[in-house]
Order: sequence, then C-alpha cells, then structure tokens
Amino acid sequence: MRAYVRPAIVMFVLLTVLTGVIYPAAVTAVAAVAFPREARGSLIRAEPGGRPLGSALIGQPFSDPKYFWPRPSATAPVAYNASAGSGSNLGPTNPALADAVRARVAALRAADPGNVAPVPVDLVTASASGLDPHVSPAAARFQVDRVARARRRPADEVARLVDRFTEPRTFGVLGEPRVNVLLLNLALDGRGPPAANAAETSSPVGSRWPDVAR
Amino acid sequence: MTTNGTIQIGLFVLVLLALVRPLGAFMARVYEGEPLPGLDRVLGPVERLFYRLAGVRPAGETGWRPYAAGLLLFNLLGVLAVYGLQRVQHLLPLNPQGQAAVAPDLSFNTAASFATNTNWQSYSGESSLSYLTQMLGLTVQNFVSAATGMAVLVALTRGLARRSAATIGNFWVDLTRGTLYVLLPLSLVLAVALVSQGVVQTFGAYETVPLVQPAVDADGKPVTEQVIAVGPAASQVAIKQLGTNGGGFFGVNSAHPFENPNPLSNFLQLLSILLIPAALCYTFGRMVKDTRQGWAVLAAMTLIFVPLAVATVAAEQAGNPGVAAVVGVDQAASDLQSGGNTEGKEVRFGVVNSGLWAAATSAASNGSVNAMHDSFTPLGGLVPMWLIQLGEVVFGGVGSGLYGMLVFAVIAVFVAGLMVGRTPEYLGKKIEAFEMKMASLVILVPPAVVLLGAAVAVCTAAGRGAVTNPGPHGFSQVLYWASSAGNNNGSAFAGLGTNNVLYNVAGAVLMLVSRYWLIVPVLAIAGSMAAKKHVPPSPGTLPTHTPLFVGLLVGTVLLVGALTFIPALALGPVVEHLMK
Repeated sequence: MRAYVRPAIVMFVLLTVLTGVIYPAAVTAVAAVAFPREARGSLIRAEPGGRPLGSALIGQPFSDPKYFWPRPSATAPVAYNASAGSGSNLGPTNPALADAVRARVAALRAADPGNVAPVPVDLVTASASGLDPHVSPAAARFQVDRVARARRRPADEVARLVDRFTEPRTFGVLGEPRVNVLLLNLALDGRGPPAANAAETSSPVGSRWPDVAR
Repeated sequence: MTTNGTIQIGLFVLVLLALVRPLGAFMARVYEGEPLPGLDRVLGPVERLFYRLAGVRPAGETGWRPYAAGLLLFNLLGVLAVYGLQRVQHLLPLNPQGQAAVAPDLSFNTAASFATNTNWQSYSGESSLSYLTQMLGLTVQNFVSAATGMAVLVALTRGLARRSAATIGNFWVDLTRGTLYVLLPLSLVLAVALVSQGVVQTFGAYETVPLVQPAVDADGKPVTEQVIAVGPAASQVAIKQLGTNGGGFFGVNSAHPFENPNPLSNFLQLLSILLIPAALCYTFGRMVKDTRQGWAVLAAMTLIFVPLAVATVAAEQAGNPGVAAVVGVDQAASDLQSGGNTEGKEVRFGVVNSGLWAAATSAASNGSVNAMHDSFTPLGGLVPMWLIQLGEVVFGGVGSGLYGMLVFAVIAVFVAGLMVGRTPEYLGKKIEAFEMKMASLVILVPPAVVLLGAAVAVCTAAGRGAVTNPGPHGFSQVLYWASSAGNNNGSAFAGLGTNNVLYNVAGAVLMLVSRYWLIVPVLAIAGSMAAKKHVPPSPGTLPTHTPLFVGLLVGTVLLVGALTFIPALALGPVVEHLMK
C-alpha cells in the first residue's frame, strides 16, 4: 500500500499546483496584457477611462417604448440579473410557456397598436442565459416604428441605425445574424461609444463588430 | 433544415475529422514515450522533477491491479480535496464575493461529479463558489479526471497490442504525460483564444454598472444597477471542453455570454468537445500498429453521430407547436431570424448551433450546454438523452469513450463469433469467458444504475418534488438526470431541482459507480489481453477494419441502447411528442 501512497499524494499536490495555480495564473497574466478589456468583461465606456455604461456582452432590461426591447429573461429576482444567469427551463408542452408567450405578444401589441406584423419568436421566448445581449434582426425591425414614434424621429433614420448595428454571421457562415440591444439603445440616446471610432481596435465595440463602423 | 444549417454542420464535421490524424499521431508519441520536439525541452525537466519528487521510476511498468490501485487512490484524493475546499472556502483567499461554505451534501455531489469527469452541477458557480475553489478544486479535476480516462484507454490499448506481457504501463507516467503534453498545451492555447473573443479571465471582484433604464424586481423594489459576475473563467472553460468535463464556470454554462460570447468561440468550443475523443481513435490505431482499426471505430462513431445531430437540429428548427398556437408568432427561419424553438436558446447561436452542440455534448460525455435542453422539443430533447444512454461511446469522454467503444467491439466480435460458431478474436487476441464477463459488467452497469436511479427518484416524494414541468416532461427530467449521472455526462434538464440531500447523494453514487465499476473491469480486460498470445489471422477470422464490421459495431451499440431504454423513453419524450 505504501508504494502507492507517496506517488499518489505527491503527484496530486504537484499536479494541483501546476494546473490549479500556475496554469490559471499564466492565462490571467497573458489576458491582462493582451486582452485587458475582454478579460474584465468587455465593459463599454463613452471615453477611455470613463465610467462603464454596461457590458457589450451582457443584456439589460428595457420596457420603455422609446427603447428597443431585449428578449425576455428568466433570471430572478429581476430580469437580466448578471450575477445569477438562468433560463426558464419550461418544457415545450408546459402550459406556462404558452401563457408567457401569449402575455409577451399582448404587451408588444399594446405598446405598438398599429403593428400587425407577426412577432419574431425570439422576442417572446426567454433566452438560455437570461442575459442574451442580442435579438434577431427581425425582432429589431419589428420594433422600429414604435421606437421612432416614441422618439419623434423618422422611422427610416431608426431603421438605418438598426442596420448599422446588425452583425452578420461570422465569416458569413457561423452563428446567426443579430443586433446588440444595449449598444443600439445607447446609440439612440446618443451616449455609447461614438460610432466613428468604432472601427479602431481600442474602441469598446469595433474590435468585435467591424461592421458597426459602416 | 436550412442551407446554412447544413453548411455549419458539414464544416464542423470536416474540420474535426481533419484534425484527427495530426493530434492522434502526436498523442501516440506522448504515450509511447517517444521524443516530442519543442515540448521536451520546456516540459521534460518538469516531468522528470515530478517523478523524482514522487519517487516514481518511469521505466517501471505494472500489471493491471497496481495500475488500478494507484488510479483509485489518486482519484480518492481528488474527491477529498474538492470536498474539503468547498467546506472551508469562506476561510480561504481568492473569494472576493465572500461565498459561504458549501453544504455537505452539495459538496459531496460536486466532488464526486468532478473527480468522475461527469461535472453534474447542482450549484451555480457565480453564486456558490470562490475563485480558489473553482481553480484549485474544479480546474485541477478537469485536468486529472481527463488524464485518468486517457490513461485507462492507453492501458487497454497496450493490453491489446502486447503479446504474452505481464504489464500494461505505469499509471503515474500516463497521468503525468497526458496532462503535461496533451491537455496543458492545448488548454493554454484555447484559453487565450477564448479570452480574445470575450471570455472573462480576472481575479477581480464582480463589476457594477448602471442600468440604462432602471428596472423593478419581483418585490416591486427599484433596481438601478447591474452586478456582473466575472472571474477566472477562460482557463476553466478551455479544459472543461478539451477534457470532456463540461462543468461551467457560470451556472448557465456555455450559454453565458462571458463563457461563450460569439459564434467563433462557439465553434472553437464545439470542436474542443469532440477533438480528443475523435483523435484518440487514431492514437489507438497507431499503438496497435494498424491504423485501419482506429479509422473503423471512428467511422462507427461518426455514422451514429451525424444523423442524430441532424435530427436534433431538424426537430428544433420545426419549432414548438404550443408556441405556434399563440396567434401572431413567427417561427419560420429566414435571413433575419433563426426561427424554430427559441425558448432557452441564445440568438447568436440560433437553432443550428444549439442543436449541434446538444448532440456533441451528449455524444461526448461532455455535458456543457449552450442552450437549455429542458426547453427543447420532445424529439429534440430525446436525441441527447439517448446519446447519453448509449453509454457515452459515440466519441464519449476523453479515453472513456473509446475504451467503452472497444468493449462494444469485443461484444460485436463475440456476437459475430456466436453466429458462425468460432471462438471470437479481436486484434489477434482470443475473447474468452473472463473478458466477456468483464465486458458484460461494462455494458450492464450504467443502464442498471440509470434505470434504478430513475425508479428510486420517481418512487419517492422528495424525488417527485424536484420535478418542475407537468406531465411526461416531468418524467423526462428525472430520466435525463439519472442517465446523465449514470453515464458521467453532466448535462441536465436543468429545471429539475436537484440541490437536496436525495438527489445530491443519489447522484454522487450513480456517478462514482458508473465511473469506477467500468474502469476496473476495463483494466482487468487490459491485463488479461496483455497476457494472451497472438493468434495469426486465419480465413475464418472476422476482420475488424471493414465496412461490415463498422456496421456490426454500430448495430451492437444501437441495439443495446435501444433495447435497454426505449421503454423508459416511451414514457417520457415519446408520449410528450404524441400528446401535443
């Protein structure tokens, strides 16, 4: 038995130090030098060193008609609780799911009575993380008239902004096209990172979304 | 399915298969102890230092019993360390959020879960564990449980390759070399790549940002700020995928934007899930000096995986009839939306990458998720559940998938041998009563513990109390739990409330039994095979590299899986599908 005890204990300690201390510390050190913004949560700042406005990767709740609405979030006790992500885990045949979808459709219709277009499904179903920063381009376009009316701005101006914030599939193939709701709403408010700088790698947005600059 | 969906699935499979040979050949060199240009110079001194300090003589090989004893003792230390760390994490450093000590039953479940390469999670990382526990406890187990699985595979492979030999290798050497030369370099590269895409990696406290539009919480209280959980995630996410562990840094796993921020990070992680299990097939072929044997096994895995992945995506793309019944909802796929069943899915991944991931994570015993399987359509959720129930041999866990598949190969040649009345052989080794007894244990233990575990859960009030969806879906939640724990997968129908004494303890038992009651018989087969003489192939020998054998192997896996689980599946997802 003693023939096993020493190698087991010593190997366990050595491998723990190597993979549990040195390895994560090395990755953290490389990350802090090479990708400091990404490593800390991709925070959005209006100017370098300024106060963060949010994270480019984490959605926020919106219910005011003048903002684009994000996807429903199942986090508790408040939607888009970024310290406790969660999906609804409602089964496909659970009546609570159909009821929730029905209520969300009704809320969208109430905020935008003239809009009879079918509602894109992602806008009325909860995301997996409860923190989804995106909606589909269809879901963003669905809301253009409402946002334009609430802001007394021409609809085609708002639609152009949506187009500018629409990200295509990566390399034209991977994933799905999408619109980042928080970045779009910040741009509507004229806050957010200035779009003119967006293509620069140092800007909070441009490094991941080169098409924002168009 | 959409054209883009077909392209994305095809691209994934092609890139995966293209990497099999280079990585597989490299791993064969690692385990054969051959020189590794470049890595030797950096890591060779570390390796030799480890052996010196541990008192290990690297050339000293052992038979299967000492190999198993060392492995079990080492794994026991892992369980104890992870348990202990959680219990005292509130007294230790690197705990900026002040996480409290974890309860004993949950600590036990998590310790068993990570030591067995299952990575079932009854907790959410961001609200339960300190950074130190995640690194020093979980990340370490992610490495060494994976290296343990690979070591067992390599020992079995040596057993098949050697003739009249008394030894199958040195566990400490296989463990060290697998960690140092395979898992660590790949994880370093992947972790940095993931950070570049937005996966967080920091020891700092959670970030606080103002909400653009203040919100109201469930109690009617105003909320003006958002607290954003961060942490050293990338280093853990990299090995969680490469080691087919699957335990998320955050509770929602790779659905969390900080764990999987965009389609590129998703592609890299998806690839990492199947990369080593697929490449090990080539390693196996190299080590038995007949690469055709490895390709045949890989072909069988791919032939099962691809149709089932397509089936999941198609079921999810077809959408949810219950949602379609709500007037005015558009589930159709177009250039502007993925459409389909989007409940529990992220927009950036859509239906295609969520369905493909579900198939990959359940085919491999990975268990990480980028969408909530509980909200999949009945048939879309049936596929991952059944892939798990097949015994985690379609790619499967690193090492464990292939050693499971090789046991199925033994069963397949046995069945073929019965049909023609000959003593079965595999790779020139006669399959006799002892090997068949051990193989039967490997085939029967997981289904037995899965079905018994599910039965116990649905027969107790506490078991039923955890169910959160009505009707047959509630049973599916329990069946998925038992299947996942009893095959060391770790994914879940996550609505099931498993953080209680019954599920934590029962789950830990399922995970421990199905991991170690498979490893020991597999090592026994390795030892017994190594001792056998080589029988030269005769005209009556069934060649095991031909399409015929691939078909036989696929048939064996599917038949065993179907016969065992179709009755249970009929009560869950099948009924649910027919009810709608």
